Amino acid sequence: MSAQPYRALFRRDLKLAMRRLGESLLPLFFLFTVIVLIPLGVGPGPSLLARMAPGMIWVAALLSSLLALEHLFRPDLEDGTLEQWFVGETTVLGRVWARLASHWLITGLPVIVFSPLAAEMLHLPHRALGVMILSLLIGTPALSLVGGLAAALTLSTRGASVLLSILIFPLIVPLVIFATGAVSMAADGMNPYAHLGLLGAFTILAMTLAPFGIAAALRMNLE
Amino acid sequence: MTLLLETEGLEFHRYGAPVFRPLGLRLETGRAIVLTGPNGVGKTTLLRLLAGILKPVSGTLVHHAAHAFVGHLPAVKGDLSCRENLEYEQRLGLPDLALAEALAEVGLAGLGSRPARALSAGQKRRLGMARLLVRRSGCWLLDEPYASLDDAGCRRVDELIARQLEQGGVILATHQRHPHIDPHRIEQIALEFGQEGGVQA
Repeated sequence: MSAQPYRALFRRDLKLAMRRLGESLLPLFFLFTVIVLIPLGVGPGPSLLARMAPGMIWVAALLSSLLALEHLFRPDLEDGTLEQWFVGETTVLGRVWARLASHWLITGLPVIVFSPLAAEMLHLPHRALGVMILSLLIGTPALSLVGGLAAALTLSTRGASVLLSILIFPLIVPLVIFATGAVSMAADGMNPYAHLGLLGAFTILAMTLAPFGIAAALRMNLE
Repeated sequence: MTLLLETEGLEFHRYGAPVFRPLGLRLETGRAIVLTGPNGVGKTTLLRLLAGILKPVSGTLVHHAAHAFVGHLPAVKGDLSCRENLEYEQRLGLPDLALAEALAEVGLAGLGSRPARALSAGQKRRLGMARLLVRRSGCWLLDEPYASLDDAGCRRVDELIARQLEQGGVILATHQRHPHIDPHRIEQIALEFGQEGGVQA
């Protein structure tokens, strides 16, 4: 089977995201709002901010990714394109992958690209910068995957955003612990690889299981 | 005549109760199956089942050819132009008609660059029908294809169905208008409410 249908979906998703650039970049704006407000709230002392920076950046990245989750499948449910996912020879799993990839590219990647700026604003020690970018690179796909599962499960629920946050928070606790652990270790000049390894394991686990769950949850919502 | 779609003892349950009696269907090239029946009898459910959107509780469903489904929702993206919507659709399978040709077929000639969100409900349905034309599929599954279309639009749907029957087959659900095509090609299946609330076919 050719990959053409999945590429077509991926490209259409990117095109749609470009048409709604403001909406697509909302997570990024949110991230920077948080990063700018934190020093105003807790005081601009560099040593305090540097201690908080790993946690703050990660929590901001996490909350900002939540913002975009509601639009992951809902527009497709409303205009009927989601039911077309199940028609024809293409596999739903492949389409779920294509959608998650485009979603990560639109919401996850900008956060990673601008994270050095956020790190600078919070006085994160420079030696931790590489590890922070690496932790975001490994961790944000897992955010999309786990968040996608929660979004698919709550797709036809009223007031889905509340339920979505409740569903997603327990699932991503390990992600936050390992990611901020890795960055803090690096900031203190210690070896962060154990944390990064566990973070990678979490992402691999999410990659293996979440797409199946998402495909099943989507079908359930169409019944 | 080649077999396009075949079911055997197909069953679907909703809230634990069967929606219709176990159903055996055979669709061959050049044939149209028309599903009729009152609202809520399960026409849409059956079509969605045949399209693969729902999974049957029991029974078998075999597609011998590519199939396409047009439901109540037109499945077009409002932010994309008509042409872009069809372009996406064309990439999903074997391409058939050119985009401009398909748009002309459904009476949307010259509207290719208009965003789909600016179309009326009837025009959106026409665009939904055009999706069928840009991609080659042996079996069309149409759910109320005449809904929100004007007289000319309904006639056009008839023409499209008649042309599709030359190379493939059609299953459609309707409760208002029957396709005005060669009656020998049509097989009608009337779904009706059974005594225990179930449906007979």
